[in-house]
Amino acid sequence: MTDETPLVKIHGIKLEGRSDEAWNPIINGVDLTLARGEVLGLIGESGAGKSTLGLAAMGYTRDGVRISDGTVEFDGIDLLTASAATKRDLLGKRIAYVAQSAAASFNPAHKLMDQHVEGPVQHGVNDRGSSEEDGIELYRKLRLPNPDEIGFRYPHQVSGGQLQRAMTAMAMSCRPDLIIFDEPTTALDVTTQIEVLASIRDIVEQYNTAAIYITHDLAVVAQMADRIKVLLKGDEVETADTRTMLSAPTQEYTKSLWAVRSFERPKKPAVSAGAVPVVSVQNVDAAYGKVPVLFDVSFDMHSGRTVAVVGESGSGKSTTARCITGLLPPTTGQITLDGEVLPADYRKRSKDQLRQVQMIYQMADTALNPRMSIGQIIARPVQFYLGLTGAAKRKRVDALLEQIELEPSEYYNRLPSELSGGQKQRIGIARALAAEPKFIICDEVTSALDQLVAEGILRLLARLQDDLSLSYMFITHDLATVRAIADEVVVMKDGRVIEQGDKEEMFRPPHHAYTDLLLSSVPEMDPDWLTNLLAERGVDNIGDAAVDKM
Amino acid sequence: MGNVLTIILQRLALGALTLLIVSIVIFVAVNLLPGDFAQNILGQGATPEAVASIRKDLGLDQPPVTRYFDWLGGVLRGDLGSSFAQANFASFTGTDSGAKTVADQIAPRFANTMFLAMVTAIIAVPLSITLGVLAALYRNSVFDRAANITTLSSISSPEFFLAYILILFLAVLNPILPSLSNIYDGMAFSERLQKSLLPALTLTLVVTAHMMRMTRAAIINLLASPYIEMARLKGLSPMRVIVKHALPNALAPIINVIALNLAYLITGVVVVEVVFVYPGIGQLFVDSVKIRDIPVVQACCLIFAAAYILLNLTADIMSILSNPRLRHPK
Repeated sequence: MTDETPLVKIHGIKLEGRSDEAWNPIINGVDLTLARGEVLGLIGESGAGKSTLGLAAMGYTRDGVRISDGTVEFDGIDLLTASAATKRDLLGKRIAYVAQSAAASFNPAHKLMDQHVEGPVQHGVNDRGSSEEDGIELYRKLRLPNPDEIGFRYPHQVSGGQLQRAMTAMAMSCRPDLIIFDEPTTALDVTTQIEVLASIRDIVEQYNTAAIYITHDLAVVAQMADRIKVLLKGDEVETADTRTMLSAPTQEYTKSLWAVRSFERPKKPAVSAGAVPVVSVQNVDAAYGKVPVLFDVSFDMHSGRTVAVVGESGSGKSTTARCITGLLPPTTGQITLDGEVLPADYRKRSKDQLRQVQMIYQMADTALNPRMSIGQIIARPVQFYLGLTGAAKRKRVDALLEQIELEPSEYYNRLPSELSGGQKQRIGIARALAAEPKFIICDEVTSALDQLVAEGILRLLARLQDDLSLSYMFITHDLATVRAIADEVVVMKDGRVIEQGDKEEMFRPPHHAYTDLLLSSVPEMDPDWLTNLLAERGVDNIGDAAVDKM
Repeated sequence: MGNVLTIILQRLALGALTLLIVSIVIFVAVNLLPGDFAQNILGQGATPEAVASIRKDLGLDQPPVTRYFDWLGGVLRGDLGSSFAQANFASFTGTDSGAKTVADQIAPRFANTMFLAMVTAIIAVPLSITLGVLAALYRNSVFDRAANITTLSSISSPEFFLAYILILFLAVLNPILPSLSNIYDGMAFSERLQKSLLPALTLTLVVTAHMMRMTRAAIINLLASPYIEMARLKGLSPMRVIVKHALPNALAPIINVIALNLAYLITGVVVVEVVFVYPGIGQLFVDSVKIRDIPVVQACCLIFAAAYILLNLTADIMSILSNPRLRHPK
């Protein structure tokens, strides 16, 4: 780091994206400098232009995006005026990219190793034999299981967390000066995320590679970056050293980002003994075809309370929800509603029983019919379950829109595509409320949303619960959400309930070993968190955890 | 690999079932043809007795269901029956070539058709894929447009028109190739090839457009994929991105279009055969329909159907094999 000239120097860059036959600004004149070996964290909500800016640092724009002003220099080379051949020579060799979804970014038709060695061989950095040896060495350094053999598998034969590390290895294959990490851990479970974060941090340090680390997760960026730059709608909000940024943000927006995690509902009085639970899952086993997926799952959900069901992907959270709704009849065990046993199959349930159990989905985008107006979407359950028509129906829909804090006259005739992600999720909530249920299953309702928007949704759900004394089953893998909204917590793993109880109890040690792993894996804002955690667990343990997940 | 084998066996069984259903359709359709061989051959002045006698000899007096099962049983034993025209009534038609069975009659014609189809495929398939890849690489360029316009115009023109244009330029104005493709048994391979070249070129013009455009579309369809972006960001050349990263993932639709076009080459080339006097199965088929030589018509139909089914089956299997998820399960 004796060289004082910056590796990357972006000055006054403006990017525009084409939509509706017009060029709209994405980035409005941002400066960025990156020293050799430095890691810069780039954070902001979706639509802030983080990825576009990251790609622009490589001199690359996606189709339909253009750079309208500014300069991008890499090690003194002007990337915007450089020829295509010059840029191709830099890309992969001196500047590498790690994408958000490794599963989608590895070519399904070729083995990992063939894709790994392609860069060095095509760029003439190394021959195939030594590239392969180097690849195995990198896999070993990134603590991939079976480093000698894993490269000779196809992408679909390798798990998501491992693919993400293999992609980091691929980016390293030519020992670049700069790597752009574009949300590399967003698609991963918390326990897997730790392994990938630790691997990335190690390898970047080891080879003194500079990096731009793009993420929306503040706690993650705190572990990875030397400096943090905050973006909002294409403008820079502020840039500062990581520790300074965390301890003393100067801008209101940054402070609000930091404050999101402070939302927490007051503790409710304990459920009185002998109270009949609204919904009770009793000794449920379930299977997809012949593959058993749930084993003896039991828990109760009481009126006006929220039960958070947490666990990694594949732990059976959503399958449990399918059993409760009757979409997947359990093989043994039963579900009760207000103490009465519900028919296992939803087709055998009465309209009133169906009405009492509603769902809100993770992807509001796909859960709303794109051809129906907001009014029609909400009116459908109003008419179906409550039999309201004409003016009474309209009045009810308007009341529901007001409940979710959207102005009826403004939104009634809009289509879902004209709404933002958070607004769409609110429509999902209104549709569930329209049936006037007692119990709502919220399946990862905030995981596709930015933190500020997600917080708004959580606050809305909390208010509705208090007003209407609803019960929620909150499926999530995000423990910050659990902390904010839950009264009780159920921890699931591999189709079994590992631990359950009161939230406070659950967050207080001692935990079940798995709950502990889950809890301790949630990144915290403390920049030393990852270092301390690794020291605590011992690096070898993380390797073991990786093998465990195979 | 186990599940791939299961899939292939399933497809084979389905193919056999389809063929059985098609055999029924063929039989019914052929029987719906107005008139029959006996009436046709005896002409308008035939006495009802004479017609009835010939019908009896040919078994046409039997109920349709019995005739169908007789025919089906024969086919399953590998016996396609005897041609009416060449059986006992050879004296009427004056074409006693010594070939008695349908199989004897069809075999050489079918071999000729396969030869022509093969020559065409060897030219057309690599040409279409190369053009498709280049069109995808230089999409919206002058080359792309020129390739599209040329192939689309050739597919939009009637086959006989293309055939005469080629004859005009390659046989009349510049006598490079023979305009007649009257090939026969025992001809030297090189001469056979030379004589088949003009019909093969005509057919190439007919089938290239589909395959080329599907190759282009299938590749372009993939260009927005994250792994293509990744390949570009690794600094690979545009050609390598397309050939190495897009093409292997675009194979399934391309293979299917190739199979459809190959099936067309076997079953749909009557016009070209007529223009070049090429002794293929298409001409035999049309002639047999004219004289109601039902065993030959049915056999041709069955062969066409089998060709379609087999080629589609091959395409399915190759699409499956082109997918690493199925070749290498977890």
